[in-house]
Amino acid sequence: MPKSGSTPKITRRTALAGLSASAALLAMPRLGRAADETIRIGFPTPLTGPFAAEARDQVKCAELAVKLVNDKGGIGGRKVELLVRDDKLNAGEAATRTLELIEKDKVHAVVGALSSAVQLAVNEVTRARGVIYVSISQSDTINEAKDFSKYTFHEALNPHMTTAAVARQTLKKGMKVAHLVADYAYGHEMLRGFKRAQAAIGADNVGEILHPFGAADYSTFMPRLMSMRPDVLCISNFGRDQANAIKQAVDFGVKQQMKIVVPVILHNQRLAVGPDVFEGVVGGANYYWGLETQGKSAAAFNAAFKAANGGAIPTDYGAYGYSGVGSLLAAMQTAGGTDTDKVVDALEKLQYDLTKGPQHYRKCDHQSVQSVLVLESKKKSAMANDNDLFAILANDSGSDDMLRSCSELGHAT
Amino acid sequence: MDLSLIIMQLLSGIALGAVLVITALGLTIVFGMLGVVNFAHGALFMIGAYAGLYLASLTGSFWWGLLLAPILIGAFGMLIELVLIRRLYGRSIDDPLLLTFGLSYILVEGVRIVFGSDGIPFPTPPQLIGVLDLGVGFFPRYRLFVIGLVAVVLVVLWLALEKTRIGLIVRAGARDPTIMQVLGIDIGRVWLAIFGLGVGLAALGGVLAGPMRSVNPEMGSLVLAEAFVVTVIGGLGSIVGAVVAGLMVGISISLVALFAPEMATIVMFALMAVVLLIRPQGLFGVRGRTA
Repeated sequence: MPKSGSTPKITRRTALAGLSASAALLAMPRLGRAADETIRIGFPTPLTGPFAAEARDQVKCAELAVKLVNDKGGIGGRKVELLVRDDKLNAGEAATRTLELIEKDKVHAVVGALSSAVQLAVNEVTRARGVIYVSISQSDTINEAKDFSKYTFHEALNPHMTTAAVARQTLKKGMKVAHLVADYAYGHEMLRGFKRAQAAIGADNVGEILHPFGAADYSTFMPRLMSMRPDVLCISNFGRDQANAIKQAVDFGVKQQMKIVVPVILHNQRLAVGPDVFEGVVGGANYYWGLETQGKSAAAFNAAFKAANGGAIPTDYGAYGYSGVGSLLAAMQTAGGTDTDKVVDALEKLQYDLTKGPQHYRKCDHQSVQSVLVLESKKKSAMANDNDLFAILANDSGSDDMLRSCSELGHAT
Repeated sequence: MDLSLIIMQLLSGIALGAVLVITALGLTIVFGMLGVVNFAHGALFMIGAYAGLYLASLTGSFWWGLLLAPILIGAFGMLIELVLIRRLYGRSIDDPLLLTFGLSYILVEGVRIVFGSDGIPFPTPPQLIGVLDLGVGFFPRYRLFVIGLVAVVLVVLWLALEKTRIGLIVRAGARDPTIMQVLGIDIGRVWLAIFGLGVGLAALGGVLAGPMRSVNPEMGSLVLAEAFVVTVIGGLGSIVGAVVAGLMVGISISLVALFAPEMATIVMFALMAVVLLIRPQGLFGVRGRTA
């Protein structure tokens, strides 16, 4: 059976109903915290399953962010500790682990999650307990009023931002666009983003195919996609699904007929299928190590990561782990400790530049306003070395205009 | 609906079914002859893909990988039979099931430790890159090759089982091992060879699937589920059943993908449920068989 996060029997709400019952058992008065106590950050992430490669990079970078703070003496003299938990890409598992982190391990805040459904499950638990949660999963819904709370922060890009940036680089008026979309929240949100962008540009939608999450074979979708005769094929899925879908599209000769575009082009998946398959594929990204030629913070982040990881370079999703934990720790520094209200206040006011230029959390929905990259996968002969994967087509600096407005998300303005 | 589109879709289904047939065949042969439900079959499929990739990069040719990986992993399978499975014959069916289940975890974790949990690219052999114009549309050369190779393997396997003395012994051994022993045949050697063959077929499926998917430690888990569905539909232990059901599942997935793509994975389980309701022993299974 596929290890998917989409077990249909247990929805996040029923899982949580069960959990709140077990929470009653676990709940006990919190012990008074000594001032010199370690600061504990919970970090649920899918270490097993199809997103394992991305998750592992997140952990490495989160650990780096913690190490850098500890090397400078911690926060107000207190050491920081990262508690990594495997959420197995399953909403129920993530909710249980998060609850344990809060009730048993007494974490002061939670950062993490990779899948859009899983982050919502984590968010429900943290929101109910009044614990700060910095999500590093790509999703729109967490910013909407119904899922939002003052404890919820979203460090990652969202589908609206990436699809708009990618569409601007690849679509033109009158172009025909087809979509291959993973049939779960992430895919649906990306599709919505692309359709909105293509409508604004004036490109035509010629068809969309939803594929089951975690599918290994995409060959059965290819004849129909090709019969739609689009100019651009948008493949909106994640992790190994992205690698497999692009590889099989290329096998079917799709690239001879149309351009392949993805909302988020994944460093690890490009490595997993090689340069020939990804050649010419365009996609959005939060981070690429090649930014170091454009900015000091990227160079510093790369150098720190290399030093801690035997010369390896940080990846896109890794950078989320770093900036997610890093921004939280910076706010704790400002707040002088772990008092939740003070840290929330500090996060709202925080201006940070950890990996790629200035970022801040928007007041109404706590979405991180940040730059969006558009990358194109390089041809093998154009690669200067094994790490030289992408060319940077665009680096759109962050602005509120990139985001859906606060009122559209349901927030009072 | 365009006729050429339906033909292309059928062909995709057959190519998909071909890999299913090869993996399900190994599972069903081992169950039919040995009564062992091999839960490590998916993991051995994955090991086959890694072995094929490793041997291909070592020798510089995909073809050596394709030839040697099934032999090598088949031999590894024989070692598993000799050291582990053999001790459990005559005990309840759960014992080898649990053993192979545990084994699959060890194999997957072992590969994670040695090769890492990221996927590794498995390049398509240069002779088979690209598409072939079939008149009704373009189809990847590699997938056509897979269909052809699986057909050849099936014919060879059928000839070996039906037309040779060894095949006769194997079939008789499956029917009544005690009589075989009375007749002076070393049934242990037959079982060893059968288990090796089953594992070798899993590895062959893995090598064939490699260039179509990226190679990663978890690639076997989905395949195991699919192979089980195919063997249940075809009838546990039936070789003809595995072939018919494999193609049936492949083609159903493909045709459903045309009309309701999001249902493409569900359809094989729906098919299994329907078959189980109408013919609980599977299409070609024997009623009441417990091996």
